[in-house]
Amino acid sequence: MSDTLSSLWARLFPQGSDIQVTGDTLSGMGQTREGAVHVIGTTNHVAVNSAIALSLSQSIIHCIEQDQNHPLPIVMIADTQGQELSRREELLGLNGYFAHLARCVEAARVKGHRLITLIHGEAVSGGFLAFGLLADRIIALPQVEVRVMDLRAMSRITRIDYTRLTELAKHSPVFAPGPENYWRMGGIHEMWSLDDNWEECLLKQLHGPNIDQRPELGLERQGRELASSVAQRVIHATTSTTKT
Amino acid sequence: MSSLKRSYREASARNRVQDLCDSGTFNEWLSPAERITSPHLAALGAPVSFDDGVVVGEGKIKDKRVVMIAQEGLFNGGAVGEVHGAKIRGALLRAITSQVDYVVFAVDSGGVRLHEANAGLIAISEIMRALFSVQQAGIPVIALVGGSCGAFGGMGIVTRLCDVIVMSEEGRMGLSGPEVIETVKGVDEFDAKDRALVWRVTGGKIRRTLNEAQVLVEDNIHSFRAALEDVTSNKIKKKSFTLTELAEQQQNLVKRSLMPSHIREGSEVWSSLGLASDEVSLMSVAQFNQRLAETTHE
Repeated sequence: MSDTLSSLWARLFPQGSDIQVTGDTLSGMGQTREGAVHVIGTTNHVAVNSAIALSLSQSIIHCIEQDQNHPLPIVMIADTQGQELSRREELLGLNGYFAHLARCVEAARVKGHRLITLIHGEAVSGGFLAFGLLADRIIALPQVEVRVMDLRAMSRITRIDYTRLTELAKHSPVFAPGPENYWRMGGIHEMWSLDDNWEECLLKQLHGPNIDQRPELGLERQGRELASSVAQRVIHATTSTTKT
Repeated sequence: MSSLKRSYREASARNRVQDLCDSGTFNEWLSPAERITSPHLAALGAPVSFDDGVVVGEGKIKDKRVVMIAQEGLFNGGAVGEVHGAKIRGALLRAITSQVDYVVFAVDSGGVRLHEANAGLIAISEIMRALFSVQQAGIPVIALVGGSCGAFGGMGIVTRLCDVIVMSEEGRMGLSGPEVIETVKGVDEFDAKDRALVWRVTGGKIRRTLNEAQVLVEDNIHSFRAALEDVTSNKIKKKSFTLTELAEQQQNLVKRSLMPSHIREGSEVWSSLGLASDEVSLMSVAQFNQRLAETTHE
């Protein structure tokens, strides 16, 4: 196991852990003062393909099966450069594998498992969307990268001048990579530093609401001012009398 | 009605919902008159749209109450930004509070809008969670895929979360678009200009063959509406969150992954079913549906 993962487990679970890495996925248990938690996730900045997605969904199904009467929290380790780009994977319908994984994550929530994502390494686009971004609480560990696309590629595709993008990115969290930007938009709940006690930080995440309040968080942090209000306007828009 | 015979692919999002609904019953929320545009596009000097590329509202289809969501592929590729995503999320949540009969999600999108990439990515995850809430409330969501942008990126994932997918032959669905794969992995991996190949990997007939789309229709609004009427006239097979169903789907997907590794496009899938690719491409939708039923004994 890599040194960074070993030190992550040591910081999170000083009482001990038993987590196996198989290829680019990992699964096992960590011990906390409040009891055991499952640990599931990816490593090595893996490009998520159908096999990885199936391995993650199988791990979640195992957790649900094992804990029918006492659903333990699931700590989800997100480390992905995005989805694998391949014609074969597209033919298989990689979006469907991701949808299945997402449904398994939601099923775990429904069954009462608390879901906490720790971004460790990279969290990019599709690989992040179908797994890590669906947790109840999403945490960025120090020195991680979170993005859809880097600014140079974005500049090429949108045909907006790179200098202009970098200039705007200084003030707007809306398009430029970086966990701080996601934090401001409410997409990341907390950012932990090396000075924090991660075991204590994790324990604090084990309780609380599991409904999606990220739009309100983004509003509160002034990084995403419309997501909440526009949804509310749709919910309360008057329905004019329907013509028959 | 002759207007219903018009091409679904060619129609605008607003025309699609109006023509899918019983005449005059569609009522739009946050219509273009309210001019709710993306401040992020404006900040980048990019054109904005008064509906931010998505139409949401409620209408009736054969007297059933339906929340309608329709993305406009002609505006920024139907891509999801902050306002666009919030409108979809609001419409999904409203489907729950107003207890409609079902939701129609006319997807036409390449995924996240890069101009507001972070907002778009978060918004799609919020749409996914709202869609799960709709399903948990017992309200089915039916995806329609037949627009010029298909259903890709995060919206390809969202589409596959829906209870039923109705697709036209011209519709396309996947995760990474062929252009992205070609740009990063090279033309040998995926030649995005080879339209026939793109269709054999992402198009309606191959997606129907793999049972990702449950209904394949002709490219006209009338056929999409007929499919909606047909699907909703009986009890819809809804997706659940039970262990049994998750385990079953897990097995289905594992089985599909075992497809021999040389298979990288639809013609090879069809030949394994005893169908020639040329023959498949020439078949009408009706002929294809019949042949598929005979071949796979669904």
